[in-house]
Amino acid sequence: MSGEDVDEITKIVVIDSESVLPSDAAMKIYESDVDITIKETCFGTMVTGPRESVEKVVAEVRALDPNHVFVKQRGFPPGDKRRCRASRGGGPRPGFHYLRNEVATLPIISRALDEYETYNPAEKKESPDKISPSKLKDIIESEL
Amino acid sequence: MAKIFIYPTNSLILSDLVERFGHKPLAMMEKIREKITTVGVDSPPLNITPEDPKLGLKYASVEVPAGVRGRMSIVGPLVDEADAAIIVLDSASAFGCMGCARTNELTKFLARQRDIPRLEVKYPRTDEEGKDFVYQIAEFLKSLPKEEDGE
Repeated sequence: MSGEDVDEITKIVVIDSESVLPSDAAMKIYESDVDITIKETCFGTMVTGPRESVEKVVAEVRALDPNHVFVKQRGFPPGDKRRCRASRGGGPRPGFHYLRNEVATLPIISRALDEYETYNPAEKKESPDKISPSKLKDIIESEL
Repeated sequence: MAKIFIYPTNSLILSDLVERFGHKPLAMMEKIREKITTVGVDSPPLNITPEDPKLGLKYASVEVPAGVRGRMSIVGPLVDEADAAIIVLDSASAFGCMGCARTNELTKFLARQRDIPRLEVKYPRTDEEGKDFVYQIAEFLKSLPKEEDGE
């Protein structure tokens, strides 16, 4: 591995925004003058490099649209032979399905973060109970 | 800044929310990074050493499959290290690499056994549930001490 004493980390930046595109985030990262490696993916970007540099860049990208940019650390660096599909004969990499599943939930989380400051759980509407089959039957028959 | 154990242990949403509200997520990814950058652990596609199932004996008995013990050698220390825990239930995606049901059960059990603040919520499916999800997690994280207690 890249070894040495440098504390290298990889972070995945996932973008779920209407105003910031993954390419905008990538440009922001390219603009930064730190020594990092970037890989653009369908979800956003992966940033690899010394911990401080990565955290600085990621904070800048997050600042573009704080409630719609999500970040997590990744164990393997991009292109690692144990994960990269180029060397594994294609197919999704391990961990892809989980990420895709969570990405589908991100719009809900983003909207919730937007409204977090004003959200009041006391006002939460009770979800109605399930209607009983007999009552449903009565309703259907009454409409006829 | 408290160390928060998250379950699912590789969750993007939880990892992000914990960091966003000023704490440190104890996630699987950091441990995996440590493992793969350790010299000598480089035999693809394996990323554990023969020692790991032995370390896992602290958390699971010798009768369980080595895979459970191997996983617990990574997850167990995270639970031990945590100052608080957030467990998200009903994860439809607890499959694949995450899908060892016995490890997942044991992980949740160990987190519940520890005498630390704990929040258990369900994955949101609707906007209304999402608001509640984020609100509960945010309020829980805000209730935890921000400063190091100087242990």
